[in-house]
Amino acid sequence: MIPELGQFSLVLALLIAIAQSTLPIIGVTRENTIWINSAKYLALLQFFLVLIAFMALMRSYIVSDFTVTNVVNNSHSKKPLLYKIVGTWGNHEGSILLWVLILVSFGGALSLFGSNIPTRLRARVLSVQGWICVGFISFMLFTSNPFERTFPPPLNGNDLNPLLQDIGLAIHPPLLYVGYVGFSIVFSFAVAALMEGEVSSAWARWVRPWILIAWTSLSAGIALGAWWAYYELGWGGWWFWDPVENVSFMPWLVGTALLHSAIVTEKRGAFKAWTVLLAILTFSLSLLGTFIVRSGLLTSVHSFAVDPERGIYILILLAVSIGGSLLLFAYRAPSLESGGLFSPISRESGLLLNNLFLTTAAAIVLFGTLYPLFLEGITGEKISVGPPFFNISFTPIGLLLGSTMAIGPYLKWNRADLAGVLSRIKFLIFISLGVSLFVWYLKSSGPAFAIIGVGVSFWLFTSTFFEWMDRVRLFNKNYFNIFKRIKSQPRSANGMTIAHLGMSFIILGVVGSSAWKEEVISFVEKGSQLKVAGFLVTFEGVSIHQGPNYNSEKATLKVEKEGKFLENLYPERRLYLATGTSTTESAIRQSLAGDLYVTISEPANNKFKGKWVLRLIYEPLVNFIWLGASFLALGGIISITDRRYKIGRTFKYRRTKPINKVVGLDNF
Amino acid sequence: MNFIKFLLITFLYLAPVDIILAVEPDEVLTDLKLESRARDISANVRCVVCQNEPIDTSNSGVARDLRILIRERLLAGDSNKEVYKYLVDRYGNFILFKPPLTLSTAFLWFMPLLVFFLGVVILVGVLKKASPSNKSRFSNVSNDTKFSDSLENKKGKK
Amino acid sequence: MRRFVFLVPLALSLIIGTFSVWGLLNDRNPSEVPSALINRSIPKFNLSPLPGLRTPGFSRDNLLNLKKVSVINFFASWCLPCRAEHQSLIELSQNNEIVLAGINYKDINKDALDWLTELGNPYTYVGDDFSGRTGIDWGITGVPETFIVNRDGKVVHRFSGPLVGVKFKEFKELLTLELR
Repeated sequence: MIPELGQFSLVLALLIAIAQSTLPIIGVTRENTIWINSAKYLALLQFFLVLIAFMALMRSYIVSDFTVTNVVNNSHSKKPLLYKIVGTWGNHEGSILLWVLILVSFGGALSLFGSNIPTRLRARVLSVQGWICVGFISFMLFTSNPFERTFPPPLNGNDLNPLLQDIGLAIHPPLLYVGYVGFSIVFSFAVAALMEGEVSSAWARWVRPWILIAWTSLSAGIALGAWWAYYELGWGGWWFWDPVENVSFMPWLVGTALLHSAIVTEKRGAFKAWTVLLAILTFSLSLLGTFIVRSGLLTSVHSFAVDPERGIYILILLAVSIGGSLLLFAYRAPSLESGGLFSPISRESGLLLNNLFLTTAAAIVLFGTLYPLFLEGITGEKISVGPPFFNISFTPIGLLLGSTMAIGPYLKWNRADLAGVLSRIKFLIFISLGVSLFVWYLKSSGPAFAIIGVGVSFWLFTSTFFEWMDRVRLFNKNYFNIFKRIKSQPRSANGMTIAHLGMSFIILGVVGSSAWKEEVISFVEKGSQLKVAGFLVTFEGVSIHQGPNYNSEKATLKVEKEGKFLENLYPERRLYLATGTSTTESAIRQSLAGDLYVTISEPANNKFKGKWVLRLIYEPLVNFIWLGASFLALGGIISITDRRYKIGRTFKYRRTKPINKVVGLDNF
Repeated sequence: MNFIKFLLITFLYLAPVDIILAVEPDEVLTDLKLESRARDISANVRCVVCQNEPIDTSNSGVARDLRILIRERLLAGDSNKEVYKYLVDRYGNFILFKPPLTLSTAFLWFMPLLVFFLGVVILVGVLKKASPSNKSRFSNVSNDTKFSDSLENKKGKK
Repeated sequence: MRRFVFLVPLALSLIIGTFSVWGLLNDRNPSEVPSALINRSIPKFNLSPLPGLRTPGFSRDNLLNLKKVSVINFFASWCLPCRAEHQSLIELSQNNEIVLAGINYKDINKDALDWLTELGNPYTYVGDDFSGRTGIDWGITGVPETFIVNRDGKVVHRFSGPLVGVKFKEFKELLTLELR
């Protein structure tokens, strides 16, 4: 019964979406207030309907309702409850339902918290959002219905891929989707603005919190994915430039460009067409990502079950939404007045340079990912474009971006004094050069990018910190109100500083762990000892344990350094009973200087039966990546709470003033 | 479609049930220099039965054979280039993660520079157009008033 | 001119779209490795017979000296799809115009013998490739895999996966073309 309820709510949601996509927008042209205002309620109603559907599916997973095909294919009664719950979105159908749930949540959130936005604009935005909902709900109902029944119901399910039974992977998709789908509302804002034919700086201020929310989640989602790959896949890598990774990285790159160009539009009224284009492109790339992951167009390590039929449906969706919006852009954007004037040395130019680097980087990733498809289409030749290509082409851009973003915050709007800025921080340049030289002395064999990279990271960190110190007058005699001075800074400025510091950490972590990784592989028996990066590791044997739906062989490793006992590590090998597949669970000794990463496996060669294969990897500085990513997310969150965007303050306003008067311009 | 299904079946049966992790100790060469060259090469060679993985981290049997083969070639005195050629002769350019520069990949390899310089040209154009020295009427004050004017208008419309 | 600039994003997305449509509608497998051997002479190899089997082993020179169209089939007893295609191989062995040679890939001797006794031996030659080296020389990605070699000793077609149904029909058509 309950699956049918879910199905029914989905059908209702589709109908509501159709209404939401048409009524408000017609209302705007006909000046019909009721129709305009309907947008708000339709979006909320739709949110509740999809929520019911999602809950219904989740319930089927929790109670292991094996009359539902989706549950049969992806669950098992013996699975731990937590993984039954997260299993709801661990498969194609469920993940699309989650996708749609997040989509309508954003619509609902705009209805509730967007009261500072003019009702007409909001009605248009919600209408555009409605079109996207129509597309995806119908996609779900027609090609990937999660509530399909099966008869007769089997006794038990087929389990979930054991690699996916992991908490990191359980929260990674929702975060990633909040990022992807969050950009839908930014997209809707852009399309609505193009329909109105006007992009104002107020518009930029209204979209900014949504950009920030999406960007923050996307950053966190990508970082979590990388982290999951790092500790779960067992070879110590966190990024492989796989198509699936690339398609999540592209919206991030373009979204970051958008985040910065929107500032110029907000503060200076410039780059209007460009900001709108970036808003469209960011969501388009998210959609492209969804398409590539689910259509089997490219080969990838991690992807959903491939089905060309679904691919074609998504492709049609893409053609309509991306093609339509870009057509509208080509038609309307030329009439958007380009904004104010600024000197070639100014904050504006700095942000423009940032955009140049980020979009070039995105173009490289997009092109490299799709090139095998292009070439196969034209000449029939099959090639692979993998990590070497991306590393070679991406690294210079990344380092350039890292070193110029250090100066950006020093530049004043309109006209800045670059020579003055540089002379003020030239000592930082010298120190950073010194740091690079020192690293060169330590690691005479390079590689060059890593030696430069450490210098860039140091330069970015120090100059960002100095700029902030200057701004809050850290060493002002009046020490006591330092917190007041920090608090008096706009939240978005503090957020920027934190995020930029985060980038410097990420550069350091990426450089360290990819350039100076050390690895030792050996057969071991009880009592064997191995050395890596100063650690002495003793293999003390393997014991057998039983998990809820797997058997595990757990090794005990004693880790010592300079004769001192540090800790025991317990890497595992698990055999999942339902599917007969096995996984390795790495054990990691974490520290900021570097991780000691250990895995065990059985020898491939029967000659060595009875021994174990022990793999020790030392990953220097790798934790700076996760630290940096948390700084990015923290910076994003702090920026979202900036007073100018008035998130969460609307309720207060509503109580005191009639809504109509609140148009979000009062702090000008 | 059927074809793909059959391939999948083939691969399913080929995939070992047990997870063996990448390079095995008995493959490792005692000569550290050669070993590190072998690792470099195998990180750039695509595993032919996996989805998108280098043979260095793959646990399939063919990947293991190729890793051992690469080491044999190196021991026999082959240069890295010769080892790659040996592999390409058997499996084609498809197995190289770093596509060699040929006529059909020239566009791929020069594209990053091309895009970047195109971007620089556009950037210079935009900066020239926006430069205050370009237009005499510019002054900070007038720009700001114009800016808030448009906002006032918007307020009025509402 | 200015208007034209604003059409660039649309144009680029259309190009990507076109390729995506092509990529989806064409029945292609993006992870399939194309054979590098097509239109090249067969690689060097010399395989000994399976111990305990009467059928002789064979080498590159054997095949070249035959001046006949030959079909080289990689098989193993541990490979289930091979079982599925075995009937097709038996059917092929009735054809006297071709030479059907099997290469037993990474198999345990006794298992391979049992396999041929149980299902019948369609091969004129059977080579033992226990190490899998010859497999690599032929650039195979898995078993079963089947090559058609023409009279001049050039590899003309490669089929990966079992020869059954539509695929076997296609295989026979291509083979007939070679025999003409």
